[in-house]
Amino acid sequence: MRVIRFTLNGDPVETGVRTEETLVQTLRERFGLTGTKQGCDLGDCGACTVLFDGAPVLSCLMLSSDAEGHSVQTIEGLSNGEKLHPLQKAFLEEGAVQCGYCTPGMILTAKALLESNPDPSEHEIRRALSGNLCRCTGYTKIVSAVKKAVNSD
Amino acid sequence: MSKEFQWIGKPTLRYDGVARVTGHALYADDLRLPGMLVGKILRSPHAHARIRSIDTSRAEALPGVKAVATGQDAPVTYGILPVSEDEYALAVGKVRFVGDEVAAVAAVDEETALRALSLIEVDYEVLPAIFDPHEAMVREDVKIHEGTKIANIERQASLSFGDVEAGFASADYIREDSFFKGAATHAPLEPHSAMAHFQDGKLTVWTSTQVPHYLQRYLSKVLGLAQDRVRVIKPVLGGGFGGKGEPLPLEFAASILARKSGRPVKITYTREEVFLTHRGRHPMHMKLKTGVKSDGRITALHFESLLDGGSYGSYGVVTLYYSGQLLTGPYVIPAYSFKATRVNTNKPPCGAQRGHGAVQPRFAFEVHLDRIASDLGIDPLDIRLKNAMESDTRTVNELRITSCGFRECLERSAEKSSWKERRGKLPEGRGMGMAGSIYISGAGLPIYFNPMHHSNVRIEVDRSGRVTVFCGASDIGQGSDTMLALVAGEVLGVPPELVRVVSADTDTTPVDLGSYSSRVTFMAGNACHAAATEVRKRILFAVAEEHGVSSEELDLRYHLVEIPGNPPKTMSFAEAAALAEAKGGMVCGSGGYTPPKLAGKYRGGGVGPSPAYSFSAYVAEVDVDRETGVVKVLSLVAAHDLGRALNPPAAEGQVQGAAVMGLAETLFERNDFLNTGQHASPSLLEYKVPTALDVPDVLPILVESVDPEGPFGAKECGEGTLCPAIPAVINAIYDAVGIWLHDAPITPEAVLNALRRQRQKE
Repeated sequence: MRVIRFTLNGDPVETGVRTEETLVQTLRERFGLTGTKQGCDLGDCGACTVLFDGAPVLSCLMLSSDAEGHSVQTIEGLSNGEKLHPLQKAFLEEGAVQCGYCTPGMILTAKALLESNPDPSEHEIRRALSGNLCRCTGYTKIVSAVKKAVNSD
Repeated sequence: MSKEFQWIGKPTLRYDGVARVTGHALYADDLRLPGMLVGKILRSPHAHARIRSIDTSRAEALPGVKAVATGQDAPVTYGILPVSEDEYALAVGKVRFVGDEVAAVAAVDEETALRALSLIEVDYEVLPAIFDPHEAMVREDVKIHEGTKIANIERQASLSFGDVEAGFASADYIREDSFFKGAATHAPLEPHSAMAHFQDGKLTVWTSTQVPHYLQRYLSKVLGLAQDRVRVIKPVLGGGFGGKGEPLPLEFAASILARKSGRPVKITYTREEVFLTHRGRHPMHMKLKTGVKSDGRITALHFESLLDGGSYGSYGVVTLYYSGQLLTGPYVIPAYSFKATRVNTNKPPCGAQRGHGAVQPRFAFEVHLDRIASDLGIDPLDIRLKNAMESDTRTVNELRITSCGFRECLERSAEKSSWKERRGKLPEGRGMGMAGSIYISGAGLPIYFNPMHHSNVRIEVDRSGRVTVFCGASDIGQGSDTMLALVAGEVLGVPPELVRVVSADTDTTPVDLGSYSSRVTFMAGNACHAAATEVRKRILFAVAEEHGVSSEELDLRYHLVEIPGNPPKTMSFAEAAALAEAKGGMVCGSGGYTPPKLAGKYRGGGVGPSPAYSFSAYVAEVDVDRETGVVKVLSLVAAHDLGRALNPPAAEGQVQGAAVMGLAETLFERNDFLNTGQHASPSLLEYKVPTALDVPDVLPILVESVDPEGPFGAKECGEGTLCPAIPAVINAIYDAVGIWLHDAPITPEAVLNALRRQRQKE
């Protein structure tokens, strides 16, 4: 057990973690941030994606201890009160959400993409999202949602 | 409803969409109760073994362990089909596949639970195992289930309709082919999860299930509790596709452990356990023989299937009948016979997966039909148009066809893909392929025989004008809650986003049989329509009485009651609802849906009949690399007759998602086993679920044949939409490079081998 301090969705936090504890466990079990989903716990599906200093990481493959001093953003930290982030709004309006289990990871990955590449091509969008599996939509509407969010900015 | 629709046919946002995009939607594994324990399941390392003894004493003695369960805690059989209740919550006497559930523990944390599993000592007597379905047909010395009469044959069906002999005799050309469709599995993104709590003699289970009602019945049976002592709640669910469509071991294990420990217990499967739980697509060996006239008109069809069922019954008997019964469309088959066999093998049980029972035969038939067309020099589109079935007809096996937009599906997909103009004129290595399909909008019979409604809806309106729909239907991501809000809203003139939906909780919602057989829009939609119509009448009657007009003169649209007169007046929906409550008490209505009696009068005639059928026709365009054997699908035009698109974006999403799932099990996904019975690829990396880079945009064409019995004319669109994707690709590969592939999924190696054989022939 060790105590770590990091920034979580903009707020300073402090918590004890087990040495082998992964970030997804800490977020879900210690902070109750269950929007971060655990689809495989092997780094295969992307459902547990969070932003780590702004970059997408698989929180099931990261030890919580490594968050010390860093900034973590989860899906719960994306909207501003009732005002949805443009990506959240676009996912909703485009019908890019079916079961929704991949959605938090998809949206955060897309956010990181748009921050580094504000006007991605369809291929760039598909490449960026290729670490996030979706079993429901066939991806078409997810890609259109990301395009829509680009145009809404 | 002659006026224009208010919301039907326009985009309606997902009912709980905001919760899903903000991370606030709670799935089963997101739930916690005070004092909750972690449950884990011990699984068999052997494919087939007798359990001599189980010693749990060391596990029980481990500090932090609160309960240990074995099969002896609930030695009661269950199974989704009453004809094949051959499973136990935890193994009794025998294990039948690597991964079969043997024991379970509940402990204060995961680490302790896992350590406890390692302390359980099981003494196995290893038995010979069977993995090949052909071997299972004849191996009398190895019985996976003691009850099978012949070897390991669980069930055989043989049916014949019309004069098959005369049909073949009148044919100008007869072709025979064999096909194999390998196993696929659902791989939903959400692993199964169940939390159970036993309190005051009552069991509550929050679980990722598609079938709360059936689960309630079987929890009651296996745990020996009256049904009214069992409550099943489905939280938000992260994808099912059939894999959560029956009672599963974790739900029983969590319940037994909760009862033993007196504390809430949650079991969430690891991804590997999701693969082992399976219940997915049956591997199917198939033979077809078809007779046609020289113009391509079909005169007779004979079909044989051998289903590798794995270790337990699951939905298999239904799969077996579907495999034969649904081949009598979407083409007119004047004479038909089939023989289907399901065997048990020592692998995880196969069951229902999206397109249940229809996917494998459809792949085989559509490729077989293209081969016939090719032999006769007929365009694949023309042979399909020539044989296309029409509305208001009956198939040779007595399926009642009402609305049918199959011809339109063929024409529109051909037009959109410029079939006539482009096919045969594509660059080297490119090709186009077409396939059609038919699917049920819900099974005509319930899984257990009973004379009650298949779906029930209750609607309550309070004095604030709030409308709440209560229904047992299980939204598994397909959007059935949204559909209920939309149907109720359209009837009541209330915007769907203001309608509340309470669903899938056996204590508070009336029974709906569940999300399987593509039944929910049709059946729960009809029940909801009926309930809303009753409420509408109540409200309009009150307003009519108050204003001294006849209720037929009133209209209720866009949140207003329109009252004729000079001048005409309006009343808000809330005012009208309050008036109705003041006049007659609480405003509520209920409605139910039972399909008409459609079962054929023969054994097996209950599987196949549906109150309505959907139709599809897809055109795939592929690129085949002759050097590497890699097939890339460039585009897929997907025309689907869904009766009416209640919520077009949601319907398109079903078509696109199903089509991609079909492409996936054509080109990528293999649910294979090692020769020792272990799953060969129990992870999402090795079981190659496609990524956004692997699949094309699917272009949906929604064909609206407006079904006379569907809610606002709607039929299914979530399952039939998978079926044509596989043969459309295989047929396109032939068009591209001239090879026929009869085994799916295909691999680059299989493509290269076929190309090599083609060169050797030349």
